[in-house]
Amino acid sequence: MSVLVVADHDNQALKPVTLISLAAAAEIGGDVHVLVAGQNCESAANEAAQIGVVNQVLVADAEAYAHALPENVAPLVVSLSDNYSHLLTAHTTTGKNFMPRVAAALDVQMISDIMGVDSEDTFKRLIYAGNAIATVKTSDEKKVLTVRGTGFDGVAPGGGNATIEMIEGSAADGSSEFVADELAKSERPELTAAGVVISGGRGMQNGENFSLLEGIADKLGAAIGASRAAVDAGFVPNDMQVGQTGKIVAPELYIAVGISGAIQHLAGRKDSKVIVAINKDPDAPIFQVADYGLVADLFDALPEFESALG
Amino acid sequence: MVREGETHARFLLIQPLVRMKVLVAIKRVVDPNVNVVVKPDGTGIDLTNTKMAVNPFCGIGIEEAVRLREAGTAEEVIAVTVGGAKCPETLRVCLAQGADRAIHIEADDDVEPLAIAKLVKAVYEREEPKIVMFGKQSIDGDNGQTGQMFAQLTGLPQATFASELTVNGDTATVTREVDGGLQTIKTSIPMVLTTDLRLNEPRYASLPNIMQARKKPIETVSPAELGIEIQRHTEVLDVSPPPGRAAGIKVESVDELVDKLRNDAKVIA
Repeated sequence: MSVLVVADHDNQALKPVTLISLAAAAEIGGDVHVLVAGQNCESAANEAAQIGVVNQVLVADAEAYAHALPENVAPLVVSLSDNYSHLLTAHTTTGKNFMPRVAAALDVQMISDIMGVDSEDTFKRLIYAGNAIATVKTSDEKKVLTVRGTGFDGVAPGGGNATIEMIEGSAADGSSEFVADELAKSERPELTAAGVVISGGRGMQNGENFSLLEGIADKLGAAIGASRAAVDAGFVPNDMQVGQTGKIVAPELYIAVGISGAIQHLAGRKDSKVIVAINKDPDAPIFQVADYGLVADLFDALPEFESALG
Repeated sequence: MVREGETHARFLLIQPLVRMKVLVAIKRVVDPNVNVVVKPDGTGIDLTNTKMAVNPFCGIGIEEAVRLREAGTAEEVIAVTVGGAKCPETLRVCLAQGADRAIHIEADDDVEPLAIAKLVKAVYEREEPKIVMFGKQSIDGDNGQTGQMFAQLTGLPQATFASELTVNGDTATVTREVDGGLQTIKTSIPMVLTTDLRLNEPRYASLPNIMQARKKPIETVSPAELGIEIQRHTEVLDVSPPPGRAAGIKVESVDELVDKLRNDAKVIA
């Protein structure tokens, strides 16, 4: 058995979710190889080679892979698939984009967003917005999987010295081209990897009021998130959305401010260790899942909270 | 397009027959506002007498296709679904929302994404639409695979998690919601689009449109008629509820909250 993990990276560095995909790979067992497909991605490849659980790093460095267009990445992964029993990548917008193409090309029914490995052919995953855990066994000889970012504890980033092999990429497929990225810049930790997350909902009333969360986030080293309602209302950009169809978070502490707690939002932060809810409506569903609930007007409570943190 | 050797007259004859169709694959799922219950025997979700609906992302696909038709870009919107006997009910909702006709591929209710992609491909080959839309995921299985699998099987480019679509002749420019923010790509047409939440806000069907939808055609086909044999690749061994959370407490003040977080939960310094 041998496992190929397709790295999620930005050419300079691996994304932390790659360590989580590697943890799933290590649980499956066998040799673990990492594919770094990108452009000028040498430093990301070197980083992968230093990870203890990695036996070999394959690098495809070509313009075609610069933006991880699925029409280019999927054929590359398919071309390597003969050597592996399992093909894995993170369940990110990049992994979700190309991995189903890989599965279809191999006539495999992919298993998305796994949060547990029962055996080499049986996996656990959440369905219905996290309201149920399904145990799924596949009869496909080759397993194609995406890994949930909160499903495993990431492997240690060091302790290894894997060989790096350059592989030939192919030319761009040409049916699709990258135009532009408009990526949010933030000094704060990434939502999906943050130890503390503070999220605002419709109760924040507008985007400016999210600044009330910033002082608290600064003091707690927290990432700032939002409910779908707040994103739909245009208060904040889409990359801040926590929930079934947004980001899945699993912090030690999750603070929900002015969020009523729709099923889909609750799905996104079920794995949080401690949940705090601040909402002026005592009947808001969020209180049913909060460890600590404070019924209060957020415009009073937030400044008070910030100063109480000293 | 006039090919070399063809006369202009022939071009004029052919032109009216070239109709840009948009095919929208939709799924019947549990209503998003329903709290689902796991069956005690671990075989699945109890859907008895549960309110069902068009998967929200698929509804966004229908809306986008109808808007393309209203803008004169598309001429016909076709809804297609794969599933059991109740599917026509759900297709009627799409017709009321503005789809022109619908195709029901009769099958079980839990066909796997790979098989759905193959079935929709067979419809694609028959109908030859220029744009094929899928929801980015269904809110029951949360797989998020079908559109991309379809794109692979048909060899088409894909634009997933779309929040904006602009069609310009034979190319489409799409803004996508990605983890880090937004990404814009350009694809050739025909192409596959999967919808994200911010692409549009679907309209409510008006009463006249609901009445009119009753007269619109729904064609029923079997997988065999499409030349596809459905094969299951996976088996669900168990479905269980996630571990419950212990009931929390209400605190009276911010000071009490900070005290609990610091001294009981020990999650802040």
